[in-house]
Amino acid sequence: MNTRKFRDVIGTKLMLIATLFASIIFFLILILLLFKSSLVLQTESITEILFSSTWNPDRGQFGLASVIIGTMIITGIALLIAIPISLLSAIYIVEYAPKRIRKIIRPFIDVLAGVPSVVYGLCAFLFLVPLVKDFIAPFFGAQSTGLCIFTASITLAIMVFPIIISLCIESFDAIPIVLKEASLSVGATKWETIKKVVMRASAPSVIAAILLGFGRAFGETIAINMVVGGITRVPTSLFSPGETLASLIASKYGELMSIPLHESALMLVALILFVVVFLFNILGVLVLRRAKKRWNY
Amino acid sequence: MELLNKRIIEEKLFKVLMILSLCIVLGSLFIIFGIVIFNGASSISLEMITQTPKEGEVLGGGILNAIIGSIYLALPATGIAFLISMMIALYLQRDFTPSWFSNFIRFTLDVLWGIPSIIYGIFCLMIMIYLGVGSSLLAGIIALTLLEIPIITRSMDEAIKMVPIGLKEVSYSLGSTKFETAMKVLRRQAFPGILAGVLLGLGRGIGDAASILFTSGFSNRIPSSIFDSTAALPTMIFNLYSLPSGQPKAYAAAFILLIIVLTISVASRLLTRRFKKHVIK
Repeated sequence: MNTRKFRDVIGTKLMLIATLFASIIFFLILILLLFKSSLVLQTESITEILFSSTWNPDRGQFGLASVIIGTMIITGIALLIAIPISLLSAIYIVEYAPKRIRKIIRPFIDVLAGVPSVVYGLCAFLFLVPLVKDFIAPFFGAQSTGLCIFTASITLAIMVFPIIISLCIESFDAIPIVLKEASLSVGATKWETIKKVVMRASAPSVIAAILLGFGRAFGETIAINMVVGGITRVPTSLFSPGETLASLIASKYGELMSIPLHESALMLVALILFVVVFLFNILGVLVLRRAKKRWNY
Repeated sequence: MELLNKRIIEEKLFKVLMILSLCIVLGSLFIIFGIVIFNGASSISLEMITQTPKEGEVLGGGILNAIIGSIYLALPATGIAFLISMMIALYLQRDFTPSWFSNFIRFTLDVLWGIPSIIYGIFCLMIMIYLGVGSSLLAGIIALTLLEIPIITRSMDEAIKMVPIGLKEVSYSLGSTKFETAMKVLRRQAFPGILAGVLLGLGRGIGDAASILFTSGFSNRIPSSIFDSTAALPTMIFNLYSLPSGQPKAYAAAFILLIIVLTISVASRLLTRRFKKHVIK
């Protein structure tokens, strides 16, 4: 009995330590980023950094506005493309597709979710970049090397598809069938049922799926880095090169890490990423809580 | 009658849009697979997968250093992450801890899941430099472990949550301790979900470039100790994709990576189905 009791105590304590470890990592990253980025904040004010668009570390200019604008445009366009396409695909898969096709498509979506981002980047670089350079940009009367915001947005949209689709499929599947039957029985068409019953009942999880897609798009580093062009200027058109926050770290950390002030500037970029992800998670929790109260079925 | 027509036309219109969207999604999947398989198959050869690059140059020889490097990085990282995640996921259950605490941990795990993997990379590199190691296999393993912990834990947590409460009550009523119930009943019952979580983590870990970009560095040789820097498949692609003469290696690496990811995905499906037989419904 004593050994069993002993094992129980030790095992539980070990598990507690592991659990605390996870949250310690969380705080450790936050503290380290705050600590490291304090150096650049002492030399320049935070408003100066956030609203100035000249990024030139050698002259001591760390304006991030152009990169922040680039990030917002790329993430925004990617989500504008990804959300309707993913939602419509998910609805089709759940409500219209024959069971046989559904069984084939689901694993495909899962595989698409598992493809490493560097492979997306490679394919975009080989296929999308020449396509944009030779056909799409001239079609809109623009000159482009193909390495541009537009290419990055499309790549990102394709990467976000499987995330939103698979989560939406799960939430549509979870809706009680009686809700749909009630709607159909009073004469609604299938589409009306989807629009007015399915979409509303699953709204909280759909919002959660979109937030998760946003998180992926916002933090994507490697694939963007490969196709965005890496120019820290405010983009003038969709076909001009740009830069995003995460991609800036990947392309500049190697050369800037040896000088403390420059490294500190990149740590500030990392801190911004961390804080935004943190805020969006809080937003997600709040939205879900409100939405669950509102659409309680 | 006209009203009815409008409703039906709307439905038809949206149905067309849906099929179109699905075609876009599946089309992009086929393009990606087409590019990687077509280019990869033509540039892969025995030399490519059995040789390391020649001394002093990145382009000659093969990519054996990256293949071995990826294995050295991803397998230990997944192993460590599995052990830690298992303990966290079991501890998050209501038997062990009040729900405010587990909700707080779940929240931090969600944030950790969401932060870009490059942040793990620079975090680990800074800690390693502080410890005097610098970029090495060890740093890469730690970065990947941290990256995988939230992924594996969340999917294990979901699986363990599904275990019927009656099963736990039976175990408690026979006098077993919480730890025994967790290890012998919960673990077995949730085994398919746990396995799926680990394979998901492995897939993410082996394909992630951003977290190991600075931590594991790059090297033409197969690492001989955990303090050597090493190449890996994703970093190989990232370093060579833009050089026309390096592209065959990038294709070959992408091809191998894609096959690994596919195998993991298929294995996950088959194994979970197989082990579901032993789960008490």
